[in-house]
Amino acid sequence: MGDQMLTTVDWARAQFALTAMYHWIFVPLTLGLSFLIAFFESIYVKTGDQEWKKLTKFWMTLFGVNFAIGVATGIILEFQFGTNWSNYSWMVGDIFGAPLAVEGIFAFFIEATFFAVMFFGWHRTSKGFHLFSTWMVAVGSSLSAVWILVANGWMQFPVGMNFNPDKARFEMENFWEVALSPVAVQKFTHTTSSAFLLASLFVIGISALFLLQKRHQLMAQRSMVVAAVFGLVASGFVAFNGDESAYHIAQRQPMKLAAMEGLYNGQEKASVVVMGIINTSKKPGDTLPVFHQELKIPGLLSLLANRKVDSYVPGINDLVYGNAERNIVGAQQRMVSGKIAVAELANYKAAREKGDAATAASALALFGQHKQDLGYGYLNNPEQAAPPVAITFYAFHVMVALGTLFPLVFLMVLVCAYRGTLANQRWLNRACVACIFLGYLAQQAGWVVAEVGRQPWAIQGLLPVGVASTKLAAGHVQTTFFMFLTLFTLLLVAEIRIMMQQIKIGPEA
Amino acid sequence: MGRNGGRMISLSRQLYSFYRQGFRSMVVGRTLWKLVAIKLFIMFAFLKLFFFSNYLEHNFTTDRERSAHVLENLTRMPSAP
Repeated sequence: MGDQMLTTVDWARAQFALTAMYHWIFVPLTLGLSFLIAFFESIYVKTGDQEWKKLTKFWMTLFGVNFAIGVATGIILEFQFGTNWSNYSWMVGDIFGAPLAVEGIFAFFIEATFFAVMFFGWHRTSKGFHLFSTWMVAVGSSLSAVWILVANGWMQFPVGMNFNPDKARFEMENFWEVALSPVAVQKFTHTTSSAFLLASLFVIGISALFLLQKRHQLMAQRSMVVAAVFGLVASGFVAFNGDESAYHIAQRQPMKLAAMEGLYNGQEKASVVVMGIINTSKKPGDTLPVFHQELKIPGLLSLLANRKVDSYVPGINDLVYGNAERNIVGAQQRMVSGKIAVAELANYKAAREKGDAATAASALALFGQHKQDLGYGYLNNPEQAAPPVAITFYAFHVMVALGTLFPLVFLMVLVCAYRGTLANQRWLNRACVACIFLGYLAQQAGWVVAEVGRQPWAIQGLLPVGVASTKLAAGHVQTTFFMFLTLFTLLLVAEIRIMMQQIKIGPEA
Repeated sequence: MGRNGGRMISLSRQLYSFYRQGFRSMVVGRTLWKLVAIKLFIMFAFLKLFFFSNYLEHNFTTDRERSAHVLENLTRMPSAP
């Protein structure tokens, strides 16, 4: 693969990352805010207090702004699949084409019906039906995230399928194995609960701004209490399924876990690095130190990864070069197997074209023995099996640090609300406003860990990104990259501007 | 058509009126709908049309040709990430 091709792949990756990251600015707020609005409206229906109605309508307006600006930004990812990632797109089409289309139609009908009632139906439907519609929007929004996260989970842990060498496609063999794979379930629960957390931070932050400005104080304090309770519960879920996530990563993507912790040499009683400055010159196989400075908790990584404090956690070097003593097969050995798989696939194709059934059958049998290492057959050297360690490490640590801070903020809000001092705590209110930005930072960091940490794979162990991509001119992808950058930045500016206008007007709007 | 048909027409009218009044009474929504329309126009009438044709749909006519092309890439692609 020449430099030109690498450049094309790099631009295609950058473009996908850019689009996904912008898309993920809008989505988590939609997912989380829809539930908070449902809580607010439920309290209104229960109490009949008009202040709660006014409050609900205000947050609904901000929800509407976010939804309208963000809607369809995800479709651009699908454009990219067909253009930049045509090999990948073809190979997984059988597994994800139909469910993703069904999900799109389902989301459309939910939105066209219940969304309309939620916004237009305040004076045209009964209180009960309006509340039902608001809850349906909340539940429907989360459900519409199911299949895309199942797809992502499958790419990280491909199960329930078989590769068909005649069609060059992965074909689904067991729907439930794909839909209920532990990685997919964990991906959905961690992503949605973190979205609830972000929305709580958003509501708390905007409300804190009102308190700092001494405006709409009753509304702000009520919103903060509900959001803090929701945020605290969501934080608990995020921590619980984050721990589950680490466990599944340790079992299924040990290279990603090693990169998340900057663990080059495997260890028993492996430590968690609480904080560290990573040595960016460090490469697999060299003797350079991993960290310039670090603070560790011994044994904790072993406990998180294997549920045993004294267990062995493989490092990047083990996974690249193998470790016979620990019975770990490294990328180096898997490359040998993978190259046999690629060669036999080529032999099968050639024999089939010639009509040589015997050779085709023998090639297919050999391919079957090595197909689990197919992706490794495309690597040039075993070190390519390691993801960018510094980015993965820092993104993971930023996410965890912020995930630890947020529940403390929610707790402080609740304590101050209980004492009746929330409006006077200017430092806390300022911190709450800052937490809006920090919430988004944690969200983005989470996706960086998930996606950068699994490189070089488009499909774990089976398809590297370079093979998944289309042979296009780098200039083409580069041009569209900057188009998207401009389009999304304009949308983001529009969102912030319209939101700021609505916040300035307040709940009287 | 009978009574059921009459109910259907009445329901359709109510639905039409519901959406019509809803759209007419929008305040921020008008700006948002304009933004959505501009965004969708840029995405589908410009980006999709001129820059994001489906590579396999565009260059091959049958699924057999498409799978042969991908298989060719899988077996010829010399390397890596």
